[in-house]
Amino acid sequence: MTRRGGEDVPVDGSPARREPVRARLCPDGPLLLRGADEVVAADGTVHPVTRPVVAVCACGRSGRAPWCDGTHAYVKPRRTS
Amino acid sequence: MLLPASRGPVSAAVIDAARGGDATVPPHDGDDLHGADTQLALWVVYELSYRGFDDAADDAEWDLRLVAWRRGVETAIEAGLRRRTADDVAVAREASDDLVGQLRALVAHVDGPPLARFLQRSATRDQVLEFLTERSVYHLKESDPHAFVLPRVDGPAKVALAELLYDEYGGGRPERLHSLLYADALRSCGIDATYGAHVANASGPTLLSNNVMSLLGLQRRLHGASLGHLAAFETTSTDPCRRIAAGIERVGLPEAAAAYFHEHVEADAVHEQVVLTDICANAVDADPSLRDDVLFGAAVCLRVDADAGAALMDRWTSEAAVAAHDSADDLVRSA
Ligand code: FES
Ligand SMILES: [Fe+2]
Ligand SMILES: [Fe+2]
Repeated sequence: MTRRGGEDVPVDGSPARREPVRARLCPDGPLLLRGADEVVAADGTVHPVTRPVVAVCACGRSGRAPWCDGTHAYVKPRRTS
Repeated sequence: MLLPASRGPVSAAVIDAARGGDATVPPHDGDDLHGADTQLALWVVYELSYRGFDDAADDAEWDLRLVAWRRGVETAIEAGLRRRTADDVAVAREASDDLVGQLRALVAHVDGPPLARFLQRSATRDQVLEFLTERSVYHLKESDPHAFVLPRVDGPAKVALAELLYDEYGGGRPERLHSLLYADALRSCGIDATYGAHVANASGPTLLSNNVMSLLGLQRRLHGASLGHLAAFETTSTDPCRRIAAGIERVGLPEAAAAYFHEHVEADAVHEQVVLTDICANAVDADPSLRDDVLFGAAVCLRVDADAGAALMDRWTSEAAVAAHDSADDLVRSA
């Protein structure tokens, strides 16, 4: 048995396991994060994760950092060359 | 909730039949398809499949008079929407090879009225309240129409749709149900937040924009279109929600009213990514025949929601014209 944020130790004493944290980069958009407990901002502030999936701003322009607020759509896509 | 007052002969017959009366419900004759009378009647028929009415017959949902009437209206609405969105879908298909690119192209292609911008910058307090009231027809049952799709998909698309709905339904916390956040917003402004409270006064286009969600959600055949509708809805939410929140704050309405829209800037930035890739692209990967219906549903959302927004803005523009005319009269009289 595993639980988000939990330190469950199975009754048989085997090492605790939990769901892997999964991240997916959205092209020219945020990082979608599943299974994380918190996101630490650049200034060290800890932001608890309160929804099943969160979108972490990767463009640096969000007004609700560290979360994406859709502003990336108005930022010119980075050159890939 | 009680059955609403009728708004014409069609809704009168439908409401009587729903109540268990012996009205005959004549088949739809092509008139007033998008008008308030027919759309209110259709909303009532659909509501029988959600929470129903305290004064409706218990089995009215499957009353054959209502089922037959509904099929005729649905066929006419769907045919009209397919004609109306055919070019939009073609533009999307031309724009890209992949579904996410096609959906994004569609959203970029269909222009809506500048409603959110108007609410942000110029709307009066009363107009903001009117907007909140009109939108309550949907938000007090937020996400319910799309929840009908869950048993109709499988695999990764099902998992992602469940994940999105879980967030809409509070993420395990009853006090965070999005429909409840909206009710809190209404109550903080002194507006009746009872489920269905404002249906009887909603415009035809607002009722249509709600009814298409039920049409696409309740027919298994159209579940791809329901997913496409959800994609267009979530993908066009963050920027308007930010503007609406700013408008609410500008006219001095309570923080709880703005809070609903602030929450949706953050939530829908997530939902946009989830619905495009994890829901729609996975659903179309699993069943490629869904692609055109996903695009159709997205185009339907963009077109009917643009109409509902435009109807609201038109009402305000004509009120402003009447007011300007009246004050010109006053000037003439006082001259
Ligand atoms: S990635 Fe969306 S606002 Fe930065
Ligand atoms: Fe929501
Ligand atoms: Fe959402």
